[in-house]
Parts: sequence; C-alpha cells; structure tokens
Amino acid sequence: MRGPNDVGGLEDGPVDPSTHELAFWEKQIDGLRGVIGAKRIVISHENRRTIEQLGHDVYERLSYYERWTASLQRQMVDKGILTQDEIDARVALVRARLAATGELELSPEEEAKCR
Amino acid sequence: MSQHHHDHDHHHDHAHGHHHGHAHSPPQPDDKVHSYYQILGVALKELLIEKGVVTADEVRAAIEARDMTTPAHGAKVVARAWVDPAFRERLMSDANAAVAELGFPMNTTELVALENTDEVHNVVVCTLCSCYPRELLGLPPSWYKSRAYRARIVREPREVLAEFGTMVPDSMELRVHDSTADLRYLVVPQRPIGAESLSEDELAALVTRDAMIGVATVRR
Repeated sequence: MRGPNDVGGLEDGPVDPSTHELAFWEKQIDGLRGVIGAKRIVISHENRRTIEQLGHDVYERLSYYERWTASLQRQMVDKGILTQDEIDARVALVRARLAATGELELSPEEEAKCR
Repeated sequence: MSQHHHDHDHHHDHAHGHHHGHAHSPPQPDDKVHSYYQILGVALKELLIEKGVVTADEVRAAIEARDMTTPAHGAKVVARAWVDPAFRERLMSDANAAVAELGFPMNTTELVALENTDEVHNVVVCTLCSCYPRELLGLPPSWYKSRAYRARIVREPREVLAEFGTMVPDSMELRVHDSTADLRYLVVPQRPIGAESLSEDELAALVTRDAMIGVATVRR
C-alpha cells in the first residue's frame, strides 16, 4: 500500500507555479531542522520516515512545515530527548504568553488542537 | 494548488475546506500566530535550547545561511560549465568535486549534473518529499513540494512542462529524475543561442532556478 507521501504517478490537477516567501515561523522550523540534521541527531531519512508515519489524514491536512513540526515532536519524544508531558506543558505556556500579548489569533479548529 | 481537484474524494476536500493555514494558502500577512503548529514550533525550539540540544545562535546561523543560499550559486556553476569545457567535463564526471571547486560544496549528498542537449531534456522531481540541491538553489519553491507536481511530472511530464510554458517535442527524449535523501540533481540547461558575446557573469544572470530544475529553458 502506498504511504501518504508516495504520490509519484498519481493523478492530480494543474501545477500552481506561484511561489511564496517562507513565513517567519517556517524559517524557524527549517533552521531548527537544519541544526538537528547537521548534528546528526535526526538525519533526513528519519525525518522523512516520521513524516510518512503521520498517516494519510494528518499528512494531507497539514502544510509542509506543519508536517515538519509534527514530525520533530515525534522524533524528540521517540529519542527520549523531550517528553510529551513537557511539550504539552510548554505549548500551554507559549499559548498563554502569546494570548497575553495579543499575538494569538486562532480559529476554533486550531484552538481545539491545543487541548 | 489552491483549488483542489475534481478527482479528490469528499474527505480530502472536507479537510481542505476547513483547515486554517493550509500548505497551499499564502503565509499570513500579519505577525499573528494563526496555527497550533506555530505554537508547537516555538515550544519545541525553547525546550531544545533549554536542554542544550541546540543553541539559539546555531538556529539563527542556519536561517541566515539558508537565506544567503540562492539559485545564483547554481547559475555560477552552469555559466562556468558553458564557458569552460574542462570544468564542464569535471562537472559531468564528479559534480560534487566541481561545485566544491566553486565554493558551493554539497553537505552530505551526492550530486549528479544532467546536461540538456538538442536530443535530451532533463527534469528533476522528488516524488516522495522535497529533496533538492539546496546548496546550489536555496529552498525549493512551493510547487516543487506540491502534490500536483510530484504526482504528475512522472506520469505526464510533457503536459506538466507545457504548463510551465516549456514545450518539449515528442521527437526529444525527456528524462525525469527522482531525487532521494542521498542523491540530488542539477540540470545544466542548454546555452542560449545568440549569447556568444556574453561574459560568464552575464551568462549566469540568465540562468534561472526553474531552468536548473528543468521546467524551463534559458532564454537570451
């Protein structure tokens, strides 16, 4: 069975040739992933594997750097570098901080993911 | 990309219709945090810095280095290959050594240069993800990472190239190269006709990112 990333040869619509600059947060994830790769903590094969393991539903729902973020979380927990509990606690903390400074503007669906 | 396609099932469309900050929507024009994953990204970065796994300086340096790596690097390689037959030969036989010679070494991956000729047109994809010669071209464009490009370029490459305005006649061989985590490709486009009097730098200025992926040709 094809993994969610294994799309070569499937049918799809027109290619949209427009490009966009990466958002600040996307650059942060790209940079973080770059350092973690350069230190050989998670090599690119492992990165691809964890992205593939997100499953069809999540893979198709998430944007490119959202997948990287989700997969980084998984890698850090799998390798025992971070625990899920400490990640969850920090997410709550960051969220509260951003809300306090007025920087947070989440849709209801995004709100639901934070819980 | 932004409108998804007739042939997708209901579930897929449903996910698209409701998901905020999707891959195919442009980045938000303000400084607000709109997505759960943005929060998660900040949380992970903070924790990894506190644990000493990475430092803030290392991350910043990685972002800066990435910002400074543009398709101009690859363009210099191509222009040198056009004007220097000995370099061209080295590029075709040992691309890693040749690009390192110009100061753009590949980090860990093998590089293969693909030369376009009157008979053969080469185009590059990473069907499984987004592998790309970042050292020479910078970050891949959105469309390179898109499902539509990855799915179709190996299925109907002439049609996809036509969407980019590149007509490859049936009389020409069209080779599609699928990148991997270990192996990256650089297309060496054909030198444009009528550019004989241009300097190496002037030639490099004509070489676009898209031409080095193989979805475009170089025009004078």
